[in-house]
Amino acid sequence: MQIYLPIAELSVNAFLLLGIGGVVGFLSGLFGVGGGFLITPLLFFIGIPPAIAVATGANQVVASSISGVLAQVKRKAVDFPMGFVLLAGGLAGSFIGVWVFARLTAAGQVDLFVQLSYVLFLGGIGLMMFWESVGALRRSSKAGAPIRRSHTHNWVHGLPFKMKFRASGLYISVLPPLAVGALVGFLAAIMGVGGGFIMVPAMIYLLGMPTKVVIGTSLFQIIFVTAFTTIMHAVTANTVDMMLAVLLILGGVIGAQLGAQVSGRLRAEQLRILLSLMVLGVAVKIAADLLLRPAELYTITPGLLP
Amino acid sequence: MIRALLFWLLLFGPAFASEGIVAGLSQNRVSITADFNGSEILIYGAVKRDAPAPKGQMHVIITVEGPKTPIIVRKKARRFGIYVNDESVQIKSAPSFYAVATTGRLAETLSETENLRHRITLPLVIRPVGISAQAEDAPDFVAAMIRVREKEGRYRLVERSVQFTEATLFRADIDLPANLSEGLYGVRVFLTRNGQVVDRFDQQINVRKAGLERVLFNMSREQPLLYGLLSLLIAVVAGWAASALFRQMKR
Repeated sequence: MQIYLPIAELSVNAFLLLGIGGVVGFLSGLFGVGGGFLITPLLFFIGIPPAIAVATGANQVVASSISGVLAQVKRKAVDFPMGFVLLAGGLAGSFIGVWVFARLTAAGQVDLFVQLSYVLFLGGIGLMMFWESVGALRRSSKAGAPIRRSHTHNWVHGLPFKMKFRASGLYISVLPPLAVGALVGFLAAIMGVGGGFIMVPAMIYLLGMPTKVVIGTSLFQIIFVTAFTTIMHAVTANTVDMMLAVLLILGGVIGAQLGAQVSGRLRAEQLRILLSLMVLGVAVKIAADLLLRPAELYTITPGLLP
Repeated sequence: MIRALLFWLLLFGPAFASEGIVAGLSQNRVSITADFNGSEILIYGAVKRDAPAPKGQMHVIITVEGPKTPIIVRKKARRFGIYVNDESVQIKSAPSFYAVATTGRLAETLSETENLRHRITLPLVIRPVGISAQAEDAPDFVAAMIRVREKEGRYRLVERSVQFTEATLFRADIDLPANLSEGLYGVRVFLTRNGQVVDRFDQQINVRKAGLERVLFNMSREQPLLYGLLSLLIAVVAGWAASALFRQMKR
């Protein structure tokens, strides 16, 4: 069944969109990430213009994050004060990101910038995660190996403006969470992602938060940052396609719930290895697009040169 | 008397337009609704004469032209090992859709001067004026744009797709693609004899988004904030509903 997307102005198979939403939702439920880093490149791949894919992808992440965070609130696994601090940084970052995005669109380099961000961040995070989880898997198979302390003191703890975060059991400066939030907000705006894949490792390794509150808190602030990003894109560039969003969300929220049920049956290290391989796969695919000579060197965009 | 008239008519044939064309369209409006998947327009008509047909090859050329927009054509080049957008050329106005259908091979159907006068083939429709200053190989950019849009089904030349019956009646089916833009589509029907245009017929098709597509598109332009908030509301409700539904099912 073909469906015409009013903002993207093209006709796409509705079941294909439901399927993309469903598969990405399943994976996001399985791994506890938003899934934006998969949905945006997939939308590029089926021919949705990048600006619309990024803006609509952000809207889809809102839905999947809400679906996820509700389960976490029930388990009391959300650190709300930390969430608000991250959010303050996130909104600032998102504001700058939308502005940069609009400037790059005008200069014709937005595709390049988005692709480079994907390769850089997905590649880097994917490698780190793969390395770490392979190590963890080895350690757990060898009994009696020394366990690394998750909470070590480093330069982060010497910064001013300290604040108590009860749910995380932390007494640290608000500056690092603000900076992490800003970076993630910026990426959310230009990549159409929630940024969970950066937020989660940053919270664990940089802020030293306990793992049990990390996913819930990250999802909590991602909701607001991606919601803000969606509104900003809708207002500044009219690039949110509601028809596209509805189909992706419909597939996504159902997939996410199914994924969450399956995730209970797999081991954490195995899950992380699978996730890292997937992240790396996306990074390699995008890198190949940049490195190999494209079949068509020319691209056309309606509009006027600035 | 009649003989004398015929003599003059034969002599000046096309100039006097002893032949004319009457044509019609199967529809003069196309509504883009949610399930829009392209559309087919039937263009039909007849050649009318008040005298026996003059000698020479008779042909019909039909063009359908979508609304014109400015276009930026960018060329990728290798910089620091990766392919990035490098040179760009601004084309002032190019149709979003252009189809030419003919009864015969275009070269035999139309003379070069008549093509220039009526601007029938695509390079003449685009008229890339003042682009040579923008890039060294500017014509390549125009050729690339035509190539890309041909691949998308937006530009096409279909020779021998107009059917002629008894040298009087003609009909052609023009496929409008699914990735159609809104606006007025101009339809031109030319009758040619020996490559000279004898008569032409002009008509317009109004392509509009309709129903939900119209509402959403207008709202995104006129009430962007409200539109953004509504998109969010859908996301919030869907996210909440899914988790509530699955919690119910688990019990």
